Amino acid sequence: MKIPYYPGCTLKTKAKDLEDSAIAAAKVLGVEMEELPQWNCCGTVYSLSTDDLIHQIGPIRNLIRAKEQGSDRLVTLCSMCYNTLKRANEFFLADEEKRDRINRYMDEEMDYAGDVTVVHLLEILRDEIGMDKVKAAVKKPLTGLKVSPYYGCMLLRPASIGIDDMERPTVMEDLLRALGAEVIDDPYKTECCGAYQTVNRKDVVVTCVHSILTSAQGNGAEVVALSCPLCDFNLDNRQKDIQQAYAGFHTMPVLYFTQLMAIAFDLDESVCRFELSSQDPRPLLKSKGLIA
Amino acid sequence: MKIRLSRDRVRGEFVKRVEMISGQDLLQCYQCGKCSAGCPAAFEMDILPSHVIRLAQMGQGEELAKANSYWICLSCQTCTVRCPRGVDIAKIMEALRLVTLRQKNRNKVEATALPMELLVELPQIAIVSNLRKMSG
Ligand code: SF4
Ligand code: SF4
Repeated sequence: MKIPYYPGCTLKTKAKDLEDSAIAAAKVLGVEMEELPQWNCCGTVYSLSTDDLIHQIGPIRNLIRAKEQGSDRLVTLCSMCYNTLKRANEFFLADEEKRDRINRYMDEEMDYAGDVTVVHLLEILRDEIGMDKVKAAVKKPLTGLKVSPYYGCMLLRPASIGIDDMERPTVMEDLLRALGAEVIDDPYKTECCGAYQTVNRKDVVVTCVHSILTSAQGNGAEVVALSCPLCDFNLDNRQKDIQQAYAGFHTMPVLYFTQLMAIAFDLDESVCRFELSSQDPRPLLKSKGLIA
Repeated sequence: MKIRLSRDRVRGEFVKRVEMISGQDLLQCYQCGKCSAGCPAAFEMDILPSHVIRLAQMGQGEELAKANSYWICLSCQTCTVRCPRGVDIAKIMEALRLVTLRQKNRNKVEATALPMELLVELPQIAIVSNLRKMSG
């Protein structure tokens, strides 16, 4: 299956580990993610005001790029891109007058009708590939690895665009089980990491992430799995700041769900780009016999 | 806190602006407090989300101008999806940010003031999302 793919900015730099591992792991399952030949930043956050049409144009332009590829679907990996693109499309569909205004404003593009469906890779795995097929592709089961899935906000809220039940999602759990991991159920899995406060109110992020990670650890997790580069920065890189704020805090590795897929599919370790992690996951993975 | 109520305020410009930008009917809120109970950033807010809505209903723009709540808000949407009255609180928080940011020179974070080491450390997604929320 070929599907146009929207990477978003961070996947080309600090979250290359998400992009490389995802493309390689999806390929094993017969999903060819083809990057749009042309795309722009989605804006990272969906505009929450009724009258701010200019910030809807960035995401809508990317949906038009998918149309130009002859597709009515677009796949994303970054949770924030997913949310922004999907909500912008919803906004566009809901209001005919605003739709016309946006179309009139974008005079270089074809008119857009709101007919591109934004999907997240996790949805494709669940709804189109199926977890049985994922399981069949596993060569090195993640046996004995205690993984706590972390969804954060943008994959789930609001319900109209969420990929799963917003209070009790299970798609990552099902995937991790198919990969052979031991899944840790953690009540903080849908709690916000502190998001963009990481720029000017790092202390807020430190408090939020400390609660999330100590809860996961208290439930027995050795590693957290996620899908968003902003969550990843806050949960992984900000552990240094947590150590300073909370004596006795133990660090732990944080991985993208796609890196865990790549390991379980026994792909070349280079696609995981472990060197981009702040908390090196390699000692744990080695101790479990999952990497050499 | 002393609050002056009057018809002029409750039907005033501030209420109209917040309702227009957010697309929400403030009087839908019946003050159950569920939004505040689940807010992951409430620990750092000087006024809880449900109290922010109450002050907004009463047209207390000056009180709200002093609050840090909507600058601390993470736009996580937890309040929005749980409100039994269907109030999109995250949109009201955004409207309150915009009421300030749409005035001249009222940015909360200035892109040009961010130190170089921080810009190097942060992923683009953090910088862009922060500036989208904290500057006009
Ligand atoms: S959850 Fe809704 S009804 Fe309850 S206090 Fe918050 S805004 Fe008001
Ligand atoms: S969107 Fe803002 S106010 Fe609502 S729960 Fe999240 S942080 Fe709290």
